[in-house]
Amino acid sequence: MNDTQVARPLMRLITHVPGVTWVLLMLILVFSSLSGNFLRAGNLANIGEQSVVLLLLALPMTFVIMTEGIDMSMGAVLSLTSVVLASTLVATGSIALALSAAVLIGLAFGVFNGGLASWLKLPPFIVTLGTMGVAQGLALVATDGDSIIVGTQLTRLYTTQFLFLSLPMWLAILSYGAFHVLLQRTRFGTYVCAIGGNRDALTLAGVSAGTYHVAVYALSGAMAGMAALVLTARLSAGHPSAGIGMEFDAIAATIVGGTSFERGKGWLLGTLLGVVAVGVLRNGLNLLNVQSAVQVSCIGLLVIAALLFDGLKDRA
Amino acid sequence: MSYDANLMKARLGNLMGPAFYRVLAAAALCVALALVNDAFLSTNNLLNVLRQASLLFLLASGLTLVILTGGLDLSVGANVGLSACVAGTVMQSTGSIGLGIVSGLLCGTAVGLVNAALVTVLRLPPFIATYGMLWALHGVTYAYMAGATVHGFPPAFRTLGSGYLLGVPVPIYLMTILLGVGTFLAQRTTFGQEIYAIGTNPEVARLSGVPVRRRLFFAYAASGVMAGLASLVYLARLNSAEGDIGEGLTLPAIAAVLVGGASLFGGSGTLAGTLIGALILTLVLNGMNLLTIHANWQPLVTGVVLIAAVLIDNIASRRTESRA
Repeated sequence: MNDTQVARPLMRLITHVPGVTWVLLMLILVFSSLSGNFLRAGNLANIGEQSVVLLLLALPMTFVIMTEGIDMSMGAVLSLTSVVLASTLVATGSIALALSAAVLIGLAFGVFNGGLASWLKLPPFIVTLGTMGVAQGLALVATDGDSIIVGTQLTRLYTTQFLFLSLPMWLAILSYGAFHVLLQRTRFGTYVCAIGGNRDALTLAGVSAGTYHVAVYALSGAMAGMAALVLTARLSAGHPSAGIGMEFDAIAATIVGGTSFERGKGWLLGTLLGVVAVGVLRNGLNLLNVQSAVQVSCIGLLVIAALLFDGLKDRA
Repeated sequence: MSYDANLMKARLGNLMGPAFYRVLAAAALCVALALVNDAFLSTNNLLNVLRQASLLFLLASGLTLVILTGGLDLSVGANVGLSACVAGTVMQSTGSIGLGIVSGLLCGTAVGLVNAALVTVLRLPPFIATYGMLWALHGVTYAYMAGATVHGFPPAFRTLGSGYLLGVPVPIYLMTILLGVGTFLAQRTTFGQEIYAIGTNPEVARLSGVPVRRRLFFAYAASGVMAGLASLVYLARLNSAEGDIGEGLTLPAIAAVLVGGASLFGGSGTLAGTLIGALILTLVLNGMNLLTIHANWQPLVTGVVLIAAVLIDNIASRRTESRA
């Protein structure tokens, strides 16, 4: 009796502020107390730079998850497109051509994923798990497992400053803006919500839901190609395993951000905060000299905690 | 068409159902490989194929149980990795085969219990809970091994993976026992029928008095136990273990289950089907080996086989629906 009376206002406070805000605050608190370097301006800028690739992946992943789907192939497609980008760049010397090739390959994978998931109604999880193998295999076969080193041309682009921010940061800001407008102000965004919520109603209303559904996956693939530009520039090389596991970070950021698998409910700002949370976690653990593989474990725990928290909210 | 002819056709259809086509596909693969490469039909190679298939089957059998309930366990590969590393290090530091085996099985079971608790007690979606576990286990394995490799185990232990009994590799016996016991459990007991019922419709199953959460708990725990067992056979076969040992095992295991005809939506599929699925996948990979195609192609081919299997099933079930 007494417990519930105390618990109720507390629960109300917790449920009114999105969970991801608490997660982010807690992570910042923990890392700033554990490491003196965490809150330095240089490190904070670092977190931003390191989160760009993840944001470019998590934005389309949010759309995909909103349609009650998943894109397991994203990391492998990122690897493949980074290899394509690097080899095209080495062969032609044109960044524009290399980027187009990467985006086109990503788009092709996306359309394939979306086509099977939407038109043939195959489970997205299995389809994208299959294409994950295909993309991973292609990247390995094309490179024989080696890196493709790109010249300083791309690295220079990566570090170019424009109005106080680096070009990748601008790319992240523009992408976020574009996805926000897409979700809030266009028919496409409305349909993305509806495909997850009630696809039958959409079809009955005469909308070709299938086409929009494919477009969601196509966007996911194309954005992986776009992210490959930033990743390749950061590593100064295309590598067949560069993107392995990135889909997990993207899914984690989306879920921690409060997008739900079940209700067609998505929150783009939440995804942005989720990306920052994952970025802060990785950066903080880096400062504490924690291995990358162990960092991934922590992200796994973060996801499970976020899901538990969501469940708690639903029951409250 | 007369009634009799229709009945005849229906019976023929049952006989030539999905399982039949799978066996046919496996047989066709064998014939093709025998024609392409003389080495394929050598006793050594055939036993090798069966040994590989039984390894995959051990891992895929627990997964089949989970998929039958309409769930998923993405952590099986990572579980094999951790369990193999634990078993390997324990065996080396204590010198006791028994302790090594027990610790490997315990580790696999513990992971299974965590999955089971996440899914049934905390009620997380199985896909995301076990996916989170996959990465968590990878991390734990890396931290535990710290880049080291353990290798060189007692011959008695290695028998489990690479030994022979009456001329037949030991893993094949394990596979046969498991297939027998599992098929009996699934087809002839109330427990098995309850698993199918949960996969078909959990709500209906619950209303009919099936203890849904207890059965689900068992399924995920069993998947962990099987991963622990598979890790021992795997370890005995490889004779070494390192941090990344389980990577790349989950995709083939899922592919084996789905190529074997189980539905990802639950409620349909058999262990025998999974065995055929494991056999088909192993034949494909063995064929690539014989044709000296580089191992880099393996994820690509596994992915294509996976998509093809799901696609063919989908088209076949649509044709049956439209005929009905």
